[in-house]
This record gives sequence, C-alpha cells and structure tokens, in this order.
Amino acid sequence: MIIKNLTVRFGAFTAVDDVTLEIPQGAIVGLVGESGSGKSTLAKAVTGLVRYTGEISGADTRRIQMVFQNPYASLNPRMTVGASVAEGLRLPRADRAAEVERLLSLVSLPGAVAQRYPRELSGGMRQRVAIARALGARPELLVADEITSALDVSVQGSVLNLVRSLREELGLSMLFISHNLAVVRYVSDVVAVMHQGRLVETGPTEEVVDAPRHDYTRSLLEAVPRLGRVS
Amino acid sequence: MRHLLRSPAGLAGTTLVTIMVILAIIGPPIWGAEAERINPSAILQGVSDAHPLGTDNLGRDILARVMVAGRLSLLLALLTTLIGAVIGTVLGALPSVLPRRGARVVTGTVNALVAFPGLLLAMFTAVVAGLGAKGAVLGIGVAIAPGFARLTQTLAASVAGADYVSAARMLGVPRMRVMTRHVLPNIAEPLILNLTQALGSALLALAGMSFLGLGVQPPSFDWGRLLFEGFSRIYDTPAVALGPAVAVALAGIGFNLLGDALARAAARTTTPAKAAPVPAARQEIEEPDPEAVLEVRDLTVTFPGGVTPVRGLSLTVAPGEIVGLVGESGSGKSLTSSAIGGLVPYPGKVTTGRLRLCGVDLAELPEQERRKLLGTSLAMVFQDPMASLNPALRVGGQLAEVATVHQGASREKAWERAVDRLDHVHIPEPERRARQHPHELSGGMRQRVVIAMGLMGTPRLIIADEPTTALDVTVQRQILRLLRQVTAETGAATLFISHDIAVVGELCDRVVVMYAGRVVEELPVDQLVTGAAHPYTRALVASLPDMDTDRSLPLASIPGRQPAPAEVGAGCAFAPRCALASDRCAELPPLIPYGKAHSVACWEAQ
Amino acid sequence: MAGIPRLQGRRLLAGGVSLARARSAFLLRHLIRFVISLAVLLVASFAMIHLIPGDPVRASLGQAAPIELVEARRAALGLDQPILTQLATYVRNVLSGDFGTSFLSGEPVGDVIATRLPNTLTLALLATVVALLIAVPLGMWAGVRTENGRNRGTEATFTSATGTAIAVPEFLYAIVLVAAFAIGLGWFPPAGKGGPESYVLPILSLAIAPAAMIARISRVETLRELGSDYVRLARAKRLPAPRLYIRHVLPNTLTATLTIGGLLLTGLIAGSVLVEYVFAWPGLGLRIVESITQKDYPVAQGVILVYGAIVLVVNLLVDVLLGVLDPTSAVKET
Repeated sequence: MIIKNLTVRFGAFTAVDDVTLEIPQGAIVGLVGESGSGKSTLAKAVTGLVRYTGEISGADTRRIQMVFQNPYASLNPRMTVGASVAEGLRLPRADRAAEVERLLSLVSLPGAVAQRYPRELSGGMRQRVAIARALGARPELLVADEITSALDVSVQGSVLNLVRSLREELGLSMLFISHNLAVVRYVSDVVAVMHQGRLVETGPTEEVVDAPRHDYTRSLLEAVPRLGRVS
Repeated sequence: MRHLLRSPAGLAGTTLVTIMVILAIIGPPIWGAEAERINPSAILQGVSDAHPLGTDNLGRDILARVMVAGRLSLLLALLTTLIGAVIGTVLGALPSVLPRRGARVVTGTVNALVAFPGLLLAMFTAVVAGLGAKGAVLGIGVAIAPGFARLTQTLAASVAGADYVSAARMLGVPRMRVMTRHVLPNIAEPLILNLTQALGSALLALAGMSFLGLGVQPPSFDWGRLLFEGFSRIYDTPAVALGPAVAVALAGIGFNLLGDALARAAARTTTPAKAAPVPAARQEIEEPDPEAVLEVRDLTVTFPGGVTPVRGLSLTVAPGEIVGLVGESGSGKSLTSSAIGGLVPYPGKVTTGRLRLCGVDLAELPEQERRKLLGTSLAMVFQDPMASLNPALRVGGQLAEVATVHQGASREKAWERAVDRLDHVHIPEPERRARQHPHELSGGMRQRVVIAMGLMGTPRLIIADEPTTALDVTVQRQILRLLRQVTAETGAATLFISHDIAVVGELCDRVVVMYAGRVVEELPVDQLVTGAAHPYTRALVASLPDMDTDRSLPLASIPGRQPAPAEVGAGCAFAPRCALASDRCAELPPLIPYGKAHSVACWEAQ
Repeated sequence: MAGIPRLQGRRLLAGGVSLARARSAFLLRHLIRFVISLAVLLVASFAMIHLIPGDPVRASLGQAAPIELVEARRAALGLDQPILTQLATYVRNVLSGDFGTSFLSGEPVGDVIATRLPNTLTLALLATVVALLIAVPLGMWAGVRTENGRNRGTEATFTSATGTAIAVPEFLYAIVLVAAFAIGLGWFPPAGKGGPESYVLPILSLAIAPAAMIARISRVETLRELGSDYVRLARAKRLPAPRLYIRHVLPNTLTATLTIGGLLLTGLIAGSVLVEYVFAWPGLGLRIVESITQKDYPVAQGVILVYGAIVLVVNLLVDVLLGVLDPTSAVKET
C-alpha cells in the first residue's frame, strides 16, 4: 500500500503534514514518534476515521483494519467474545462458529473463549481477541496503534511474538505504531520516524537504528532507556 | 434489587412508590363514591372524626378525594414523562444519524432549550391550549424532553467515541446496527434510571400547574387541584391544604429517592471476593540502621475484607542512593510509596514493624512534629504532571506555601525562594513561569515544578512514583537526569517507583523487585541483567525488548497473570507461573541474603 | 497498584496567543447564540397568540360580547393586518418598550413589568445567595467527612436528606412554612411584601431545594478534587487542613458549583411564580397566573417574553463567567 502526500488538518492545526510512506506487501512498517507527532492521526486517516487530503493506493480502503491501544475499551462489554469476532464476518450463519474458532486459534486462544465476556479476560487476552476480530475481515493491512503500551512487560512479549508470527504465517502487511523504539525495532522490517506531523526518516530497521541520518532520530535513539547503562 | 432495599433511602423510596401505585389502582374503586358524594349539610367542615381532613364546599370528604386523586396525578405524570422521553430520546439520537450540519443544529437547539424552565413552557402551552390537563401535560412533556435529549446525546457520544464502535465501523457494520447493537444497549440503563426521576418531577410540575389553577379543571381533580381548593381556606383549616400537600410531597420524595437508589445500585461495582488474611512473614527486627535515611520493616497495607496489597515489606535507603522499586501493575509498589508518605487512602490500614525517617521513628513523634518533618524533608513526585499541580493557583504560589507554612518565611522571601528553586531545576525565565498557571506549562516543565516544590525544604527523602511514565522519552531523559542531579546535590535518599525495568536499570543504584505485594529480590543494578536470581526478575528482564535484543528469536513472556491482592495464597505467589516451581513453593520462601548486597525470596534460586 | 501507564495523546496549547483567540471566539459564539435565541423567543411569544385555536379576542371577551367591541379590539391589536406586518409591528413595538395594553385593566403591559419585575428579581437573587451560602460549606464539609467512603452514616444521612429536600417543590415548602410559622406561630406575616420579616418565608421556600441540590454537587466536586494528585501532593507537603481545603480545593469546586447555581437561578425565577402565588407577593408571577386564567393575553405574552429573556441573559452570564473563571473551558469547547 502506498500513502502519498497525506495531510490532516484540524482547523488551523496541521496534525499530519504531507506524509508519503510505502507499506510493502507482507512487511511490518514501524511508525515511531512522541506524543503529538501525529502518528495516531495518521493511523486514523489510513483507516478512514478522520478526513484527509492526499492519496492512498494499492489497498482496498475497506479492507484496512485497526487494533487499538486500550484493550479495556476496544470490546463491547455487552457482547460475548464470539459475537464481537463474528461481527465482521461475511459468512452464512452456519459457518460462523467454525470461523470464529479458527480466528481465535490464529491468535493462540482456545475456542471456549468465544462464550466468555470481555470482563472475564486479561488485558493480553483482550488484545488477542481484538486482533482476531480484525483478522476476520481478511484485511489487506492491519494498523496496530500502541497495542502493547497498556500491557505489562511480561505479557507484552507474547503479543509482540504474535504480531511477528502473523506476518510470517499469513503474510500480513502491518503498520505498527508505537512510542517505544525498542518495541518498534523488534517487530518491524522498516522504521518510519515521525516528528511534528512530518516523516523525518524512513528506512530498513537496521539502517535507521544503527546509522540514523536525521538529528531527531538520533536524539530519540539516545533517549531510549537501556538496562545497565549509567547516565 | 437487594442492594436497593438495603439502604434506608432505597427502602423508603421503594415503599413510597409501591404505596402510590397501589393507591392509584385501588383508590377510585374504594373511595370513588364517597369522594363524589355531595352533602349540603356538611359543607366546608374542619377536621373531625367523620372527616379527618374536613370537607369541601360541596360537603365532599377531602380525605377520600385525596385517595382518589392519586390515580389521575400518577397517570398524567406517566403520560407527561412518556411524551418527554420519546421526544427527548429521538432528539438525542438524531445527531448520531444526521449529517454534520443538521446534527449541529439539533444539538444547539437542545442546548438552548435544556436551560429553559419547564414551568415557563407549560404556561406557554396553557395560553395556547387553554386551561386544563391537556395544556399542562403537553407543556411539561415538551419541557422534559430537552433534558432527555441531552442525556441521550452525551451518553451516545461517549459510547460512539469508544474504540469498539470504531472497530465495528471499520468492519463495515451498518450504521443502524451500530446504533442498535453497540450504542443503545450500553446507554439504556442510565436512560431508564432517568425515567424514574423524570416521573417524579413531572408529577410535581403538574401539581404546581393545577395548584395555580392552570392545570386540571373541575369536575376532574388531581392532588394539585385539591391543593388549589384547600389553599384558600388555609387560614382557618390548614388541614384541608396540608393533606394534599403531604400526598404530593410523599410522591415526589418517593420517586426521587427510588431514582437515586437505582442510580447508586447501577453504579455499584461488584465487591471483590474475600480471601483469608495471610499473616505477614514476621522476622526478628534487627537494630535500626543509623546511616539509613529511610528504614521500613514489615510494612503491611490491608483493606477491608482481608485484601492485602502490601505484605510485610522491608526496605532501606541510604543517603545519596537511588533505589528502584520495580513491579508490574498490581504488585503493590505504588501503595508502598503512599504508605511511606502517610498517604494511603481510607479505608486502607498501614501497619509497620518500624518506619524511621532520618533516624527518627515516625510512630514515636508527636503529630505536629511529624507533619513538620514530613512536610519539609519528604518530597514526592507523582505520575501525572498534569494533575499534580493545582490548576487554580499560580505555580510560584504553590511552591512558596511550603516555605510560609513550615518554615515561617515571609511572603516575599518565600516567593524569592520559589523563583530560585525553579531556576535550579533549569526552568527558563523562572520569574515569568512562577506567575503562570499550570496549564500554561508543558508536561516536562510541570514535572520540574513538582521536583522544585520538593526542593523548597531540604529533602532527605524523595519518593518518585512513576514520574516519567506520562512523558515522552526525550523529556523522560531530562527528568531522570534532574532526579540524579538533585539526589547527588542534596544527599537525599531517592525511592524511584516504576513499572519500567529499563528506566530503573538506567537510573538506580539498587533495585527492589516486587511481586504480589512482596519483595522477591533486592540486588545491585549491575547484577540486574546477568546476576538476577529470582525466576520472576529473570523473566522480566528477558521479556523486555531493548535496542540490543536479537530479532530472530521470540521474546520471552510469562504465562498467566499476577494474582490480584485478594487472590494471593499462602505460598510463593509466583509459583503458578514459574517453570521451576516445586512442592516446596507451597510454603512462603523468606527473603534471604544471596551474595553481596543481594537477597532473594525463592526456594529454587539459581 | 500503579495504573496502566498513561499514554500521551494530549496536545498542549501553543502559548497564550491561541488562548486569547480561543477566548474571544468563545465569547463571540455565545453572543451569537444569545441573539439567535432571543429572536426565536420573540417570534415564539408573537406566535403564542396566533396559535390559540379560534379567535383569541372572542375567547377573551366571551361569546356574549357585542360584535363592535370585538372588532374594535381586533383592530387595536392589529389582528386585521397580514401576519408578517403584524410580526414586524410586534417586534418594533417590543424593541421600543411597548408591550401592548392589558385587556382587563387597560394599563400598559410595559408599566406592569416595570413595577413588578424588581420584586421578582429581588426574591430570586436573594434566594440564590442564601442557597449558595448554605450549600457550598455544607457540601464541602460533607465531602471532606465522607472522603473515600469513610463515615458511611454521614453519607447516608446527607444523601437521603438532600434527596428528600430536592424532591419537595417550592410551593409545598411555602404552604408548610405559612401554615407553621405564619398561621401557627405567627412569627412572620403570611402574605404580602412589607418589611424585612416578610422576605424570610418566601426566600426560605425558594432556597431549600436548590440549596440541597448545590450541596450535593459541591460534595461530589469536593470528593473529586480530594482524589486528585495535586491534593495528594499538598498532603505530602503537610499543609494544614484549612489551607488545604480553602485555598486548594474550594476554588476548583466553584466552577461547577457556580454553573449549577446559575442554572438554578433560572429555575428559581420560574419557581418564584408559585411562591409569589402562595405569599401574594406583588411580582410578575402572581400577575401571569391572573392573566392566563382571565385570558388577558397581552399581559401573558409580555410577561412570558420577559421571563424567557431573563433566562437567556442568566445563561449567557453563566457561560461568560465560566469562560473567565476557567480559561480552559473556553478552549475545551472548540
């Protein structure tokens, strides 16, 4: 999918300023930036939740799905997990249960979870359900907006592993948004750095992390806390 | 329902409303004939045994009339409420369905109308429709509608903004279906609650109209009409007016109390399951450490029902040392910091074997001196810099008051010191910033202000509870540097609480790892990556991706989840998630020394 | 018990310039809204007479009235003109202070309003002040005492007492107060406007329910502020209790409390109709009741217009005051 000259304005404020970005088929593009950098607005524009100018090509915009940050707000509390996952399916009623089970197994959840309500699940499990729901629409692109930042570290690892295995097994293309450079580095093939609404640097992960070209990328890398480094 | 009847107010409301409903059903058949019987020989009588509330100008018994009037009063109120609720809900749901501009017009109209007193609208319709119940019902019904509309709108807007609605929209779920499946079920409850209260207000408003002679007209009568007739005789026989007045008041109170109680019952969250209190592992308390700034022994925080989020925690911090208290959400680390600062919210109970600050046992200090000691030598920094400063007061004033309250400084001196402290934490143009309000400052700057506030006195202990979690990494870096600088300069002891083991690893000298309310390991920071002994600490370090993580390998993660404070059992709380767990783990492992400045609570430590 | 790490997503306001601009835009928007509402109100009060089914003059004078009188009255009211001409005349007259003449007494409606409006406003304003003076300290006290669910007894008493007080309408308070203190004990005059003692019962009847309402809001606001981090920090600084509550908590609870106080004032103005009726208080309320029952349409029309305008003005003032008191509210709205 190719994003070309995408701009989002809220009144006089330009949240996303002329962003051009390619998300190659089957690749994970990590989008990193600080608060107010416009990364979440870009995600909303890509998924059609805010108005934008510019062009998005190479993917059916109706087949872009998104997973949100807060696993406690992204599932309807009054619907069972199964009903939530089944909502986006375009299948005859009889085939739905089997498809829900298949989707849940894709995210390593037992089929019995379908009968439970969101409040009975942990944060990590809910995030898996949200991913399963998005997968049900057979997305051409999955947008993951800070999907691990509300999770504890010990749970985060398993969600990140899931993200990587989905790409390997399903060839899923993904726009992975996070403020955490270490997390982005771990899952992404390509890293894009956003600052004040603009894309300041884009490149293969190793290149951006090991040999950053832009000053802002450098200061971001410098600021990442590291175990055992005494400042 | 049981909750409803448990509170006296709920019980009273339910009883009153039940009585009103029963009265509306049985009143007319029982007292109807008597209420209509004209008796020329008994007109305008006062209180007597035969007529407890007297008689009216046609000799009819007023008590009987009050009993009968309930039905009409209630029915009219019900009708009025239904009119209001239907119009209101439709108006309130419209903006979610209409295009942008139409939605804005509807919202604007509702906002303008919502502040319009119902009685005025009712009078308007009374003029147009003429005197009578019809005008009053229509007017008040229309007047109730904007309130419903506003409620529906706010509720619908909050639900429509929820992530699960966005998700449904992205999945291509049709608009109407989003409304019926996602929005309406999640807002129905508060709407129905509001009906009860609206019913009460409709009843009172109708009574008011009838009382003014603008509502129900003879030969029909409701309570308001009886009040109207009785009011002219209030000077000689107050009872004839007070009877219907009491009826109206009781009905109003009943519906209001019931509505209140219903709302409270709906808001009530399920209370956590009770667990048997676990006795803290009590150890012999050794001699106090004269060097330590902070010395905590056997700190336990309990909440009613045996919920114990912090269990027998011990901790020592030396001057100039930064100790990191690390744990995931629910480990009890923040409550530990609150307990040390004396800020545990009611109904939490704190017990300690010993709590010494600067070599003084806080328990032995008189209240006045304890306040002064904590006020000047303890500095606290919290997670959210947006919330940590009082939005209504100038930054400088909030700093200065520490000096005026505890150090008896004059206003000018205190202000000067405040500006000096702001300068010290590298805030540019400190004089100007001191005169500003918190909302004019950025998040990082506010956190600096909070740190400066701690520097107004001479801090001996700094407790920083997730101070950088809400900040960007570049700002986080600056705040961490500042904390280090302040600790070095003042020689204070710093207790740094964080969920982020990488930040702790970068900033602190010593790390204390908490799990399910207990310390599981305490170790020097240079041991964290390679020398951790507790399986939880090791897993935590392994599951954290950092800039050197091998991308070809899957990340470690810990199966299961940390038990909630109410679920912690007698043995090692980590055992159910631990690969090394054995039978011995059913017994609580003590925190025992494990090499130099290193201790661990695990039977299988390696 | 650390919460979920809070994630960014809030955008800071860029400096003071945009704040000032947001504030003037906010004022302008409210002014425009006010003018539109006023125009709608004007048209509505004009339409009121025309919405009356049949002939309002006939309805007012009765079926027996001679045809000449009816015709003369119709001409005097301009009812024989085309409707838009009538509207234009009406608007022009109202704007120049001419509200027509009473069918019954023949006095100009403008004079009726001028003599009676001050009595109504005095009553409503005094009642608002009394309600605020009782309610704000009471609500704060209750909030402090019941923080984090302590003193459940106080909480239960407070909620049921205020719940009961809110549920009783002002005219019932008025009747009960008259029966007890004027007729029973004879402490205060039962009706009419005279010396200061004649104000006591009407003001009390008007103030009790709003006071209970404001006390509740003041308590909730106090509880919310007490739970905030800046209060935790102030407590960590060991500020003395009076300083903590009065200097730190009170100002932050006032915004919401005053908003409700202002809205209650509009409710009070309507409620005063009933109270004036009970106490035969020579205000607008008493007059509007008479005019509606006796079909004195010009008076009813004028008084409803004035009431509506007062409500609009109060709302505008509350909004503007809020924008001044709490600068962020002006920005939040946009």
